[in-house]
Amino acid sequence: MSALGRVVRAGVGRRRVQTTVMIMTTLMAVTASVLAAGLLVASRAPFDHAFAQQHGAHLTARFDGTKVTAAQLRATAHASGVTDAAGPFRSVETRARTASSSDLVPEGVDLPSMTVVGRADAGGVDRVDLVSGSWLSGPGQIVVADDVLPVEPGTRLTFPGAPGSPALTVVGVARSVTGTADAWVTPARAGTLAAPGDTPAYEMLYRFAHAETDAQVTAGRAAIAAVVPKGALNGAESYLAVKEEATANAMAFVPFLAAFGVLGLLLSVLVIGIVVSGAVGAATRRIGILKSLGFTPAQVVRAYVGQALVPSAVGCALGLVVGNLLAVPVLAEVGDAFQGPSASIPLWIDVVVPATALVLVACAALVPALRAGRLRTVAAITAGRTPGTSRGRLVRRLTGRLAVPRAVGLGLAGPFARPARSATTAAAVVFGAVAVTFGVGLALTLGAVQSGRMLDSGGSVVVGTGGGQAPPGAQAVHVGGPEKPKADPAEVAAALRAQQGTGRFYGTTQAEVSASGITGATTVVAYQGDASWAGPPMVSGDWLDGPGQAVVTARFLKAAGIEVGDTVTLTERGRRVPVRIVGEAFFTEGEGMALLTPVSTLGALGLDATPGQYVVETERGTDLTRYLTALNDRLDPLGAVARADSSDDSSVIAAMDALIGTLTLMLVVVAGLGVLNTVVLDTRDRVHDLGVLKALGMAPRQTLTMVVTSVAAIGLPAGALAVPIGVALHHYVTPHMGDAVGMPLPSAHIAVYEPPVLALLALGGLVIAVAGALLPAGWAARTTTATALRTE
Amino acid sequence: MAATAPVIDMRAVSRTYGEGPPALAGVTLSVAPGEALAVLGPSGSGKSTLLNLIAGLDRPSEGTVTVDGLRVDQLDEAGSARYRRTKVGMVFQFFNLLDDLTVTDNVLLPAQLAGMPRAAARARAAGLLRDLRIDRHADAYPGRLSGGERQRVAVARALMNRPALLLADEPTGALDTASGADVRHLLAELNASGQTIVLVTHDLSLAASCATRTVELVDGRVVRNTRSAESATAVGR
Repeated sequence: MSALGRVVRAGVGRRRVQTTVMIMTTLMAVTASVLAAGLLVASRAPFDHAFAQQHGAHLTARFDGTKVTAAQLRATAHASGVTDAAGPFRSVETRARTASSSDLVPEGVDLPSMTVVGRADAGGVDRVDLVSGSWLSGPGQIVVADDVLPVEPGTRLTFPGAPGSPALTVVGVARSVTGTADAWVTPARAGTLAAPGDTPAYEMLYRFAHAETDAQVTAGRAAIAAVVPKGALNGAESYLAVKEEATANAMAFVPFLAAFGVLGLLLSVLVIGIVVSGAVGAATRRIGILKSLGFTPAQVVRAYVGQALVPSAVGCALGLVVGNLLAVPVLAEVGDAFQGPSASIPLWIDVVVPATALVLVACAALVPALRAGRLRTVAAITAGRTPGTSRGRLVRRLTGRLAVPRAVGLGLAGPFARPARSATTAAAVVFGAVAVTFGVGLALTLGAVQSGRMLDSGGSVVVGTGGGQAPPGAQAVHVGGPEKPKADPAEVAAALRAQQGTGRFYGTTQAEVSASGITGATTVVAYQGDASWAGPPMVSGDWLDGPGQAVVTARFLKAAGIEVGDTVTLTERGRRVPVRIVGEAFFTEGEGMALLTPVSTLGALGLDATPGQYVVETERGTDLTRYLTALNDRLDPLGAVARADSSDDSSVIAAMDALIGTLTLMLVVVAGLGVLNTVVLDTRDRVHDLGVLKALGMAPRQTLTMVVTSVAAIGLPAGALAVPIGVALHHYVTPHMGDAVGMPLPSAHIAVYEPPVLALLALGGLVIAVAGALLPAGWAARTTTATALRTE
Repeated sequence: MAATAPVIDMRAVSRTYGEGPPALAGVTLSVAPGEALAVLGPSGSGKSTLLNLIAGLDRPSEGTVTVDGLRVDQLDEAGSARYRRTKVGMVFQFFNLLDDLTVTDNVLLPAQLAGMPRAAARARAAGLLRDLRIDRHADAYPGRLSGGERQRVAVARALMNRPALLLADEPTGALDTASGADVRHLLAELNASGQTIVLVTHDLSLAASCATRTVELVDGRVVRNTRSAESATAVGR
């Protein structure tokens, strides 16, 4: 090993605390950065790959067959910006019933509403890939979409709503990358599946020259709408909405991981600057010896940069491993969605991120290393104890006159003696406290999302009225045959009103119908009574307050290509009911694609409008167990059952919480270690003064107080400064998280910092600073007077 | 005449560091109130070790050290700190003033650490600075003072809490001749006013002018214990 190598190795080995700090800070920064960049790039790859392979449709458009002819639709292939098109395909919203048993579903099961498209072949735009079985070869066959219907090749389906109840055999299961249909039949068969009185509908698939952004796809849609009669285009779905939904979970990680990555890299630069600067300051004599032995200034510079790069390289390597491992479960989900290989973080990210981190580390270390290189040999080798500083004398005089114990006064003046070092300590504390404020805010936001993401989770009690009502979020598969009738809603409501402890309640039920602009079945959640107190948080518009209204999520709006104020037509067995979208809400139940409306809408569609369950809020102070027992005594004769409301936690949110907690903790630990490092340096620099004070009678507790006060004087204002920065970071990042999943967060989910929380967070800097200083403060307190006086 | 209890009572004190020879070997020594003891000896003879043991900065490997009735060798670090605040004042060769505190603030430190009321502490510090003729430098920083003036500040600081014992470690070792004479004169004055002093020095003239008794150490043992004839009557025993 060369002399330079030995010096670097000795430097790394001698400073274990500093080495640990450098490893940890680069580990944290690289982990978060690799995850953020990797998820950003890799999570989109399976969709992009499948979309390219299957020549996916940028826009799936639905037309009203009464307003446009097939020739006019074919002409849309020449609309401005359209490069390729397929169709028109006859499209039918219908329901099927199983006519044979299979391993997946028995005979006689009513399947949810579905979109069946008449399509001769599986190629062209939106090439449909077979997962199993074969493509259509006759009018008695049907191919179903993967993961939409619980059937397999060989199953027979009947369509009771169509004239003559035709029966078709499932011959294949296929996959459309953007889900352009739930099932495909031959073009001749498609029209025969429509119920009498159904409006004929057609589907067209388009590819555009430019479709990278929502605006470009919207422009393409507008160009198509312009060449067909007004009102003919009654629904369109952008591939970007599908992509967003498919990659939503992974993409939701990216904004906060990117923020942690940037925080980590900045903290790395700061901490490594502090460590190397401290190492140079503490080893002036050593540098002098090295130079006197013949080390050139360049070698000295390389030695100190090397002492930072070696542990940082270890941290980078560990960060790479941890970042790639953490990405596996998140990316596996995305890969599974497209039946492709599991996505993995691209190699170039594994190279670029650590390389960038190491370059930043080298730059941070270079400044103090150059200072070491420029030191004059004679001056360095004759350096004795650190000369006293004339800085901060005025503050010392002032604090000496404060009516506080002298140890506190000396501590308060401490930061002013070395303002540059105090500034770096403060910066480390600010980073740590920003991370805490940011992390706590994220946790509060995710907590709000968690508690409000499921519909009807605002009550404490749920009363089920029987009648085969599916639980919230369950796939609506209705078994045929006689069902146990629902409990009489009037009697259930009367029982609830009569029960002591009942606060307020509303009824709700669900149904699967077709909604204009949405492929496949749409879950309609219908409300009876005032549900505003337990409704999902509103992003814009208003909650339901009259018949004919509906509330949906941004994801629904985007998928249907509509806005608040527009109308959606719901269709069920030939009945068409328009509802006006009066508000945009935030919820993730059913992938956020449910439509909320009063029960009168279901009645208008000819569906059962009696509540399948009641959501109850009990009066404050009510014993829930006793309430449930008493209420069930009343409900039992009616055939209804009350239970405590409980909702499942999202595993994605739980994973985010765990990751946020881990990254916050790592940043805080690194910040604390940064403080520890500067306090160690400061204590060593001032050890002689410490000895004098001890010789004059300063007790260990007073020493501890002095050192802790000196960092508290930095930590308190740094913490106070960090809170608004952390809040601003949170307010910047969280909307991006909502946008990443296609659902803007309600303002209530972003404005999560209550004054008491802010007050506690403001103390975060103090806690980090004091925690970081306790170890060296303890060392200072325990150092014997004779040792301190001898140490120069 | 009834014997007065000694301020310092060391019995069979030894101090060994590691495997090496003892720095002090079975030293028994007592210092009476009002006495000024000069400890002489070559480098490595154990002078500083002796002073550290009396000051509670170090603990003996064997033997007992009692100062003003307090068993110093049995004190923990906090007890030692309390002891140094109340029983002893220390003067160092290189002054050990805190450069970033003014003269007054340096002198005030022991009183402030001991929790003395502010007004009383300020009055005491002002009085000491006046008595030691450095009051005109009260608001100056130590770096602006001469060596002799700095040592006067150090002495003022050592006397702040009215200690029973003043310990001085080579108090003239870092001073020029004139300043050294100034400090010798000051210590003599203090002793004449009744202050018990133990000083470690190479400076024979300091010992001759200030000490009422001289102890000489060689290899950690007391080889000579000489009382100054002219001062014997001044020592209250």
